[in-house]
Amino acid sequence: MMEIMEGSHAVAEAVKRCRPEVVSAYPITPQTHIVERLAEFVADGEMESDYLTVDSEFSALSACVGASAAGSRVYSSTSSQGLILMAEVCFNASGMRLPIVMSIANRALGAPLSIWNDQQDSIAMRDSGWFQLYAEDVQELVDYHFLSYRVAEDHNILLPGFVCFDGFILSHTYEPVDIPDQETVDAYLPVFDPYQKLDANDPISMGMYATPDYYMEFRYELDRAMERAAGAIEDAGRAFGEHFGREYGSLVEAYRMDDADTALVAMGSICGTVKDAVDEMRDAGRKVGLLKLRSFRPFPQAEVARALDGVAAVAVLDKNISPGMAMKGAVGLEVRDALWKTGIDVYSYVIGLGGRDVRKKDIAAVADLAESGRGDMFYGLREELI
Amino acid sequence: MIAVAAFKSGVYSQAFPAFGVERRGAPVQAFVRFSDSKIRLRSQVYEPDYIIVQDSTLIKDVNVFAGMKEGSIAIINTEKGGAAFDVPPGVRVVTLDATRIALEVLGIPITNTSLMGAFAAATGEIQFPALAEALDERFSGPLAEKNIEAARRAFAAVGGEA
Repeated sequence: MMEIMEGSHAVAEAVKRCRPEVVSAYPITPQTHIVERLAEFVADGEMESDYLTVDSEFSALSACVGASAAGSRVYSSTSSQGLILMAEVCFNASGMRLPIVMSIANRALGAPLSIWNDQQDSIAMRDSGWFQLYAEDVQELVDYHFLSYRVAEDHNILLPGFVCFDGFILSHTYEPVDIPDQETVDAYLPVFDPYQKLDANDPISMGMYATPDYYMEFRYELDRAMERAAGAIEDAGRAFGEHFGREYGSLVEAYRMDDADTALVAMGSICGTVKDAVDEMRDAGRKVGLLKLRSFRPFPQAEVARALDGVAAVAVLDKNISPGMAMKGAVGLEVRDALWKTGIDVYSYVIGLGGRDVRKKDIAAVADLAESGRGDMFYGLREELI
Repeated sequence: MIAVAAFKSGVYSQAFPAFGVERRGAPVQAFVRFSDSKIRLRSQVYEPDYIIVQDSTLIKDVNVFAGMKEGSIAIINTEKGGAAFDVPPGVRVVTLDATRIALEVLGIPITNTSLMGAFAAATGEIQFPALAEALDERFSGPLAEKNIEAARRAFAAVGGEA
């Protein structure tokens, strides 16, 4: 049944239905409403979780690592500086193959301080070994939580994952959403069955010392698991359709890409604005489409190459900047890599950093730039400030 | 609460704030969209069909009428009449002393629920029973009743017929 609620509260409702045994998080704008609501659920007896209050994001994720290693389903959420403070623990969690799920309310990184949205925080964690899904709207945001636990806990995968969503733009927006009932979630997401766990009666060690004779193989296995995660996300997305009636069977979504000459590529909530802009450009006779990436890690390279086959120009909207990299945006680089043997022009446009609003006319302007062969640049700078 | 009331009136709706400086008393903006189909657009609203101004003293500092056009409606909390405001051509001004209503009914000058009643009456975009339901969900007990009463008075003051 559709109801209307704030994105953060919808996340809390989804997390409650995932039945995590341990929640540990530290509040940070714009993630705060999620953990406030979860704390209320636990205090009111609506959720049978241990809610651990801690002194920092570093401690929050460390507690999650311990609880997950002990065999619990665990949950955390953060944003921006909080995620960067967790960086060390993120690498440990994936290296220990702990299926933690964490919601990332995407926010810019300081300095200068910004509470507003871009995707620099999760993209900075690109190589941390966590899978990363990006939600376009509150419905996807809710649904990806159920899907992520199913993928993370798959014994063939055993990876932690981020559910990424644009801070304020989704976290603080009220819109209609279907919150599935508990029985449907339970049928889709079975009780957590740890592959191994810390047990005083059957002691094991986790996250141990690996000498040069052993370390590389651990990294190789991590990479293999991430490659397998692509198929696992597709399978979980198809099964999602059977249980919930909304299907996410591909890591990409093509919108009006048939016969497109110019393709826009994007992740997250900006895709909604791009779809409306594509409709307007199509009405004006322009052959433009959108390729939406649901997953940044694993990166759906083959799907991207297939979906963009035959286009003349590709414009990647990057809500991040890699200073000193010629292409500028991290997502653009991956898309160019996917197409590097094809000769198709791929350009990156750094856009919407630190909450700068992105409008339909901006999307059309980016399509114009790509068609005229200009890219790998910031879009929408205020020249008077430079 | 307007978005909730609109949803309960049977349309898709979307509401979001534009966070500025997070302190009490600073000017803030929030946006609402209604549509018969799913709303995908995420940018801020630049050409509003309607605006609600909770504090008319802001008008001298902020161009609240920017982007308004023929047929747009501005609902302003003020003791003055509509002629006091210099709006773009074709914009209809609806004024209401929402502060007085709020003080009389709620005992505090929090005017948003009164202005929602005025919005319902002036625009017809949301039905009063749906607004009352949204307020009843947002507040509990006597506070819900008082806010619904404030909205009802404002609704009637602007000529709405429940």
